[in-house]
Amino acid sequence: MLEAILFWLFGVVAVASAVAVFRTDSMARASYALAVSFIAVGAIVVQVRLDYIGLIIVLMMVMEMAIMAVFMVMFMGMNPALMPMDMTHDKRRSVLFSVVVFAVLAAAAVLIPWPARTGSPPSDTIESLGNTIMSSKMLVMLTISPVLFATIVSALVLANPRGRYDRYGDGLDRRIPEDPQRGGLGR
Amino acid sequence: MTLQLVLLIAAALFSVGLYGTLSQQVVVMVMMGIEVMLNAVILAAAAVWWFLAPTPDGQTLLLVVIAAMTVEMAMGFAGAIVLHRSRNSDMTDSATDLAG
Repeated sequence: MLEAILFWLFGVVAVASAVAVFRTDSMARASYALAVSFIAVGAIVVQVRLDYIGLIIVLMMVMEMAIMAVFMVMFMGMNPALMPMDMTHDKRRSVLFSVVVFAVLAAAAVLIPWPARTGSPPSDTIESLGNTIMSSKMLVMLTISPVLFATIVSALVLANPRGRYDRYGDGLDRRIPEDPQRGGLGR
Repeated sequence: MTLQLVLLIAAALFSVGLYGTLSQQVVVMVMMGIEVMLNAVILAAAAVWWFLAPTPDGQTLLLVVIAAMTVEMAMGFAGAIVLHRSRNSDMTDSATDLAG
């Protein structure tokens, strides 16, 4: 009984706060609402005994929303909590498309004859996940690692205003780097 | 709690995220929409894992989705910085020439 009540509570909070993300007129409140939605989903994930995954979702997303709030302040150049705004386009078609997608997904969820559960959950899901990614699924983790590394490099290259090709030329053959200001070691 | 109920909540979350992705103009808000959609995918995958085949392999898929969320956020923020630097704007409407 308690499990069902908690599930409904977290489910309603997850959807309601996700709606609030796009209903509120403040971007700061939108990021807080998204964090609440993630925490509610993390709680449901914990309810199905995926404790580690649920905890990762909550911790990662709360940090991510904090970073997002910093970005908003940085880009908007104002206090986004105090300055309401409406920055949307094509609302009518977006609503229509989303409703159609929801109807299709909901019909699939309800009408598909889902098979019965095969197997039983491990007694310790965290331990079993650790054992899996260190044995049969290690290749998956080995694939994710270079993808994450490539992401770090690509994001830094994109975000960096002046790289070494800007300073030393396309052939990296400029003897003295071209910088906006003179000075530095040996110059 | 049944599989159908969890999938219905995931469908609702996905649709809300889709609405946000399509309707928002600010790049960061578009990223928020994508995050909500990936959140729905995580919820649906967790439910399918629990109600259909609770083997350890299924948990690995959830880790992959979480990694995809991380990559999406990092590249989205980097793209937002480039857009802001080059055009002094963080709106998708000012970057329509990048489409296609």
